[in-house]
Amino acid sequence: MSILDSKIPEGHISKKWTDYKDHLRLVAPNNRPKIDVIVVGTGLAGAAAAASLGEMGYNVKAFCFQDSPRRAHSIAAQGGINAAKNYQNDGDSIYRLFYDTIKGGDYRAREANVHRLAEVSGNIIDQCVAQGVPFAREYGGLLDNRSFGGTQVQRTFYAAGQTGQQLLLGAYSAISRQIGLGNVQMYNRHEMLDLVKVDGKARGIIARNLITGEIERHSAHAVILCTGGYGNVYFLSTNAMGSNVTAAWKAHKRGAYFANPCYVQIHPTCIPVHGTNQSKLTLMSESLRNSGRIWVPKKKEDAQAIREGKMKPTEIAEEDRDYYLERRYPAFGNLVPRDVASRAAKERCDAGFGIEANDTMEGVYLDFSAEIISKGKQTAYTAGNHNPSQEEILKLGKKWVEEKYGNLFQMYEKITDENPYETPMKIYPAVHYTMGGVWVDYNLQSTVPGCFVAGEANFSDHGANRLGASALMQGLADGYFVLPYTVSDYLAGDIRTGKISTDLPEFEEAENHVKDLISKFLTNNGSKTVDHFHKRLGHIMWNKVGMGRNVQGLTEAISEIAALREEFYKEVYVPGDANELNPELEKALRVADFMELGQLMARDALQRNESCGGHFREEYQDAEGETLRDDENFNFVGAWEYKGMDINQSELHKEVLNYEYIKIAARNYK
Amino acid sequence: MASKTININLKIWRQKNVNSKGSMETYKLDNVSTDSSFLEMLDQLNEQLVNSRQEPIAFDHDCREGICGMCSLYINGEAHGPDRAVTTCQLHMRKFKDGETIYVEPWRAKAFPVIKDLVVDRSAFDRIQQAGGFVSVNTSGRTMDANAIPIGKAEADKAFEAATCIGCGACVASCKNASAMLFVSAKVSQLALLPQGQVEAQQRVLNMVKQMDEEGFGNCTNTGACAVECPKEISLENIARMNREYLKAMVAAD
Repeated sequence: MSILDSKIPEGHISKKWTDYKDHLRLVAPNNRPKIDVIVVGTGLAGAAAAASLGEMGYNVKAFCFQDSPRRAHSIAAQGGINAAKNYQNDGDSIYRLFYDTIKGGDYRAREANVHRLAEVSGNIIDQCVAQGVPFAREYGGLLDNRSFGGTQVQRTFYAAGQTGQQLLLGAYSAISRQIGLGNVQMYNRHEMLDLVKVDGKARGIIARNLITGEIERHSAHAVILCTGGYGNVYFLSTNAMGSNVTAAWKAHKRGAYFANPCYVQIHPTCIPVHGTNQSKLTLMSESLRNSGRIWVPKKKEDAQAIREGKMKPTEIAEEDRDYYLERRYPAFGNLVPRDVASRAAKERCDAGFGIEANDTMEGVYLDFSAEIISKGKQTAYTAGNHNPSQEEILKLGKKWVEEKYGNLFQMYEKITDENPYETPMKIYPAVHYTMGGVWVDYNLQSTVPGCFVAGEANFSDHGANRLGASALMQGLADGYFVLPYTVSDYLAGDIRTGKISTDLPEFEEAENHVKDLISKFLTNNGSKTVDHFHKRLGHIMWNKVGMGRNVQGLTEAISEIAALREEFYKEVYVPGDANELNPELEKALRVADFMELGQLMARDALQRNESCGGHFREEYQDAEGETLRDDENFNFVGAWEYKGMDINQSELHKEVLNYEYIKIAARNYK
Repeated sequence: MASKTININLKIWRQKNVNSKGSMETYKLDNVSTDSSFLEMLDQLNEQLVNSRQEPIAFDHDCREGICGMCSLYINGEAHGPDRAVTTCQLHMRKFKDGETIYVEPWRAKAFPVIKDLVVDRSAFDRIQQAGGFVSVNTSGRTMDANAIPIGKAEADKAFEAATCIGCGACVASCKNASAMLFVSAKVSQLALLPQGQVEAQQRVLNMVKQMDEEGFGNCTNTGACAVECPKEISLENIARMNREYLKAMVAAD
């Protein structure tokens, strides 16, 4: 097994980035317009990188599959963005943000990268405010903060429940300005379908114009992938419908190692599946766990009666309810981290206590009734009413909840047609974020020289579990404050290269490869839809590579996906033509890559004989069902090298994680 | 939830591409769960079409939680359908009756040409943003500390409300003149309300309005349909503010 070179600079952790930056090579302004850079994806990382590189004077081409760069899925992030500003004077610092992120990731992230992330976090807020991002403010006109899970300070900046939207629109305004100035050429409704390597270096991409179907060659001196996560391998997730792994996976097939694919974040509070025709799951913000209590019935017969519609949750007496998080984790209660809360819900539903009348009985209650009464009383007392009636208490309490969570309650009601002020919300965990991704070094460069990967698409900062409000921070840190420096250093070697010709045989080979695959799908004489296969893949992934994993399930998953993949290529039916807008073809190309990734995820989960963060191996738990990490044997990043269609041949490389500044400890929430 | 199913008839606009002539086609779809979203219903119809070897209906969609602005659809004569303050992806089938006939059309506006079926080209919106929907600040993270300029909560909240526009185009589709005033004024307002945006306010409003006119959007005649159908409830006040900003800029320019 080879040793991966993470290129971590020498020196004290707090000085590494500053010293390193001072010695990186530069490209002079007069040389920059001669250099082409491709950026794929226009979410926070991609739009930020494309705008920044365009401002510097590079000749940037940006690509997104949506109809506008403003649609990227960063837009859906709700809660906020962390930054170590210490505006609240509660002892926050760069070190504490660094520490919280490493610990939150269950000690499976790279120290130097995470420290840099914490260092630049404050600059992100300054930059966004300068762009006109309307963050929430206090009455004095200064920025407001709130707290999030896994921390003891208030460092989360927010814009109501739409922080991702506001940050993305800020980055979109920056990239729009560069498009208007001619520094960035924007290719909307284009999907990258292959990475082109010339002499071992990334020198371009093959992209499909989704409107005309034309297969296009685009060359550049460097290629930056900011293409998001791979949660849609499960079919149902909180990801956007178009979110996919294709760009990252094509890079993987061209030599970029893929790291920690088994690290998936499953978010505990989502609206449960309602039926087999469902295409997408919706998140209910983590902040609701501040006020809601999670429970299922204590008696199986009550759970069954609820599922059959013979009983209402409000009819179940207090002593017949199992507040299982409060029972198992008295110290943290309903506010345990995401991975812990999700597993506990699954445990109850697997045992037959689920309350949702869907095919899988997956659902638990998130109940606000206690909070409504408590806040109602408090509000009445504050107003001087020390003897409020039950009616007054309920009225005031509901008003309090509405002020705090009104938009979320409304969204829940629109989707489920139930009133969460009167009856508890039904929730269940759903796939939300992927910590794994393309392996990158300190420069965010993959194992293919000239191919950089940023944002959720890389693996670098969140270890085995991401803390809330850290995804937005990482995307913008990578795009605004890391890539402009490290990519320039790389491009300094290319000032004499000249334009890369798209007539090179490597472009032709890649283009033919893409065309062959497309024509294979369109001429396939199958009878089943792409979604049919995607749903079956998702079913295997959710049941066997989901919240609880074990040797038997993972081994089965690998062979079941292999069989499914074979059937997919034989039996899939893709209607329409290659030279037109063809959403079924787009899906087929994406699902083909999800099939391979799914197998690799199972293999990765199988080799990691420990439980850590979002990766829970049932064999590695203590008597009370808590995770057992194995720091002696698994303190490494698992980076996979592609070795052909048979994923069983993929080779594992290990990057050992050295903790020099943080002492490794166990996580305990009891 | 009381899950039940309905059978529906659909009249859907089909158009092969931008150059071809489209027409309304009729489809029948049974066993639609009332818990399904409108787009899940279309997924179900497409599954049925593909299984019977017919071409599925192309429609735009992505996040399916009402924030990306990708989904559109003119449903029974209303942008994003009969419900209020929702996008099509948040509209649910319980809003429709068993046996009902539902009409589904693309956004109709000169500046939004149909690409295929229900998919339209909204790149005109991007070009308006590129003409001035930004603050001219380069990446550095060092312009000044984020708290250096206090901004009153009222202004900050108003700027935020304007900034919640998702750029879906429902305002244009709902307007009898196909005017983009609500969309453009939301961005103009957001930046005009904040000190960061005030430096370039005059040039911005002139450039954005010029681009809006060049794209072929109609004029505003204050019918207010845009604000009624807007899934994010963007206020007409923004149009009034943009008119003031524009007038100010015109006077200053002369």
